[in-house]
Amino acid sequence: MAGFILARVLQAIPVLLVVCFLAFLLFAFVGDPVAIMAGQDATLAQRIALRHALGLDKPFYVQFVLYLGRILHGDFGLSYRLGEPVLQLFAARLPATIELSVTSALLALAVGVPMGVYTGIHRNSWLSRAFLTFSLIGVSLPTFLIGILLILVFSVWLGWLPSFGRGSVVHIGHFWTTGFLTPSGLKALILPAITLGLFQMTLIMRLVRAEMLEVLRSDFIRFARARGLPNRMIYFGHALRNTLVPVITITGLQLGQIIAFSIVTETVFQWPGVGFLFVQSITAADIPVLSAYLILMASVFVLINLVVDLLYYAVDPRLGIERRRPAAAQ
Amino acid sequence: MSAPATKARGGIGAHSPGPISRFLDSDLWYNFRRSPVAVIAGAVAFLCIAGALFAPWLAPHDPFNLASLSLSNSFLPPVPLAGSQWAFPLGTDDQGRDMLSAILYGGRISLVVGFCSVLFAAVVGVGTGLLAGYGGGVADAVLMRIADVQLTFPAILIALVVDGIISAALHQLHEATEIYIIVFAIGISNWPQFARTVRGSTLVERGKDYVMAARVIGISGPRIMLTHILPNVLGPVLVIATINLAVAIVTEATLSFLGVGLPPTNPSLGTLINNGNAYLFSGQWWITIFPGLALVIMVLSINLLGDWLRDALNPRLS
Repeated sequence: MAGFILARVLQAIPVLLVVCFLAFLLFAFVGDPVAIMAGQDATLAQRIALRHALGLDKPFYVQFVLYLGRILHGDFGLSYRLGEPVLQLFAARLPATIELSVTSALLALAVGVPMGVYTGIHRNSWLSRAFLTFSLIGVSLPTFLIGILLILVFSVWLGWLPSFGRGSVVHIGHFWTTGFLTPSGLKALILPAITLGLFQMTLIMRLVRAEMLEVLRSDFIRFARARGLPNRMIYFGHALRNTLVPVITITGLQLGQIIAFSIVTETVFQWPGVGFLFVQSITAADIPVLSAYLILMASVFVLINLVVDLLYYAVDPRLGIERRRPAAAQ
Repeated sequence: MSAPATKARGGIGAHSPGPISRFLDSDLWYNFRRSPVAVIAGAVAFLCIAGALFAPWLAPHDPFNLASLSLSNSFLPPVPLAGSQWAFPLGTDDQGRDMLSAILYGGRISLVVGFCSVLFAAVVGVGTGLLAGYGGGVADAVLMRIADVQLTFPAILIALVVDGIISAALHQLHEATEIYIIVFAIGISNWPQFARTVRGSTLVERGKDYVMAARVIGISGPRIMLTHILPNVLGPVLVIATINLAVAIVTEATLSFLGVGLPPTNPSLGTLINNGNAYLFSGQWWITIFPGLALVIMVLSINLLGDWLRDALNPRLS
């Protein structure tokens, strides 16, 4: 187990290094920080002094190593657009993104799994067909369009829910803000969470349905029926449990999708999170923020994949044995 | 085993029908006619493509001809509503552009970007897959490792980051380059799927007798890959390409909606939706909803066609 974790962590390092290198290239070759910082009136001597002070006259690889050192210390530079340290910008917006992503993931699971179980058990009922049609629409509607439609119906026409922002938030500790504790924060969360979670919901539903259909055909279910177990036991105790491996993996991997699509949802609802910051930074060509985002995303995804691998391992111990067997055979 | 079978089918038989009648005789066409969903989806997709192709002739107005626009026609509602005009059946936007014409032209750009980026992804992916599967060794290990790493990131994130960064880097360039950047960004975000599938099928094909025979008579590696293996691995590529077309169109629309894709001077459906979004609250919903509807219809029909194609080419999966 420890060896497995270690191998995975070691595999992740080159990926992160490559991403850091790309981020560094972005810094080094897009725009000239000296020209931006010194302004138009600076003399040549001032520019050279500034170039020296910033370390830009050093060899390329030395600059890269220095850059890595700064990143490890959490120094991602100043945003060109907002003039604040990038790390501070991210810290202020990360809680919003995390709350939105987690809420929509939980929503997707809480609705998707029961719908999947139902459609798996009652294959031909009209409600199952309705769910499946709904899921087809959910898959075909682009995320941003779902957001726009929800805004049109619930904000513009009905006026029930806010269409932008996060409502009022409560500060917890130094850097965490939460919208869970105020009525306006909760109201503001509803539409974005549905928008972001709908696609995953339909995906989880289809997955659980397919797995249930597969499992319900198997011998141990027939045996459980022969033993006279009640249906509820069979469906939830035996069948659902055996569908959980792929569901956990896919949900874990979908967490990445949720984070990616949170960019879209945040832009639609002007949700003050990291994704919205990223889109604004692209439009403004704010390189320090872009490169920091690149590194942050890469780290998050490496972490997600690692956790999913470990979960997979924990849920189904057979995988560990299978992995060991070929090695033993050699 | 497979070599004589291939020869009997593809060789000089008693009758050699043309490609069209051969297509009409095929299982695929029979399968298509038997599936109502596929026929409807196919018809809708065909209409979308035809509408996009013939947009300059079908569109009642030219949305790019600034001289023909009149601000007095701006914000006209669609036809059954009060104040609408038959000249603008789906209403007009803030500049007095006819929505129907804008959608036809926008769909054309969306489809072109979709097709080009899928083509780009397919060429890169199939090339890589063939090389990795047939060549093996270091090339295989390196290329597939890159594909694996890229697959751990969502495609839309890659497309967004690539497009955003290239656009930010080439800030001063002309807007016309945006379309190439977006095709590149979406294409590069989708190649690993093609590469992995093609590599898998190539590994299977490589071990078959006809490839062995080709090698024995001294045909070069690249030629074996292109003329012998490639035709036999194209089935799955076609399925992935169809489904990817829908994904690519949605990705382009999303990027354009976020304001990092195509500029308002060359609007795709996503740009139109983005433009209309600003007027959602003042009651002009049609500027957003009609392009959105067009996008959904196009994507849904292509998705259904892709699903059908996958089942038809691979009956065991369903």
